[in-house]
Amino acid sequence: MNTDWFVVLSALLFSTGALGILLRRSPMVILLCLELMLNAGNLALVAFSRMVGNGQGQVFAVIVMVIAACEVVVGLGLIVAIFRRRLPLDVDDLRELRG
Amino acid sequence: MEEVLFFLAAIGALGGAFGVIAMRNPFYSVLALIVHLFSLAALFLLLTSAFVAAAQVVVYAGAVMVLYVFVVAYVGGGGESAWEPIPGQRFLAPLLGIALFVELSVAVLSSSLLALGEDGADVKAGFGNPAAIGRLLLEKFLVPFEASSILLLLAAVGAIVLASNRRREESA
Repeated sequence: MNTDWFVVLSALLFSTGALGILLRRSPMVILLCLELMLNAGNLALVAFSRMVGNGQGQVFAVIVMVIAACEVVVGLGLIVAIFRRRLPLDVDDLRELRG
Repeated sequence: MEEVLFFLAAIGALGGAFGVIAMRNPFYSVLALIVHLFSLAALFLLLTSAFVAAAQVVVYAGAVMVLYVFVVAYVGGGGESAWEPIPGQRFLAPLLGIALFVELSVAVLSSSLLALGEDGADVKAGFGNPAAIGRLLLEKFLVPFEASSILLLLAAVGAIVLASNRRREESA
């Protein structure tokens, strides 16, 4: 199977995730879209690793998975904290820190 | 055979991705993301990286998604308001998404990367199996491996601090 296909699919998945972040306003869905983008990056890493025949790209992919897990844990902790304070779960309403 | 599997998995991954951004209820978005992750695991298997595929299913589709489901069940999935902070956002955003895709594809495909457009290098039988990845992780990439484990620990402690309601009890 040609490497181009995997790379183009990864670009398509990445822009889908970016589109979701532009469109949606629930912080939960925005976290899910971040997952989409990280996974698209993973797919490109593994595809290039297969292309060169070197396993190091797969190690990068595993470490990206760890980063994604950290991001999810902190993001969901923030969402729970926002929910506990009875603030609206909408990224356009939570704009106090905006300059 | 390989092509058929690739296109099936690609359709699953794309369908899952569009499901995530199209569903109104966050719970269905999480379920669509699980479909997406399983399809990606199939793609990783096609790329002969068995360990990454297994980690994808066990860590992502298993553990991380369970966390999501718990938080969605706790917070509850309210619908979003139709209010647009930027006029025409719903029409502008897909245009920008398509532009990003075209840009990325042109950037990658027109680059003079070696072997792009070929089937990739011939690999030995043990390529990408747990033994090979473990050897790389514990020999060549030992420092990044340990650093990521410390990062995970910090994230777990941070999440407990963020989500605990100790401060609320003190102020009450």
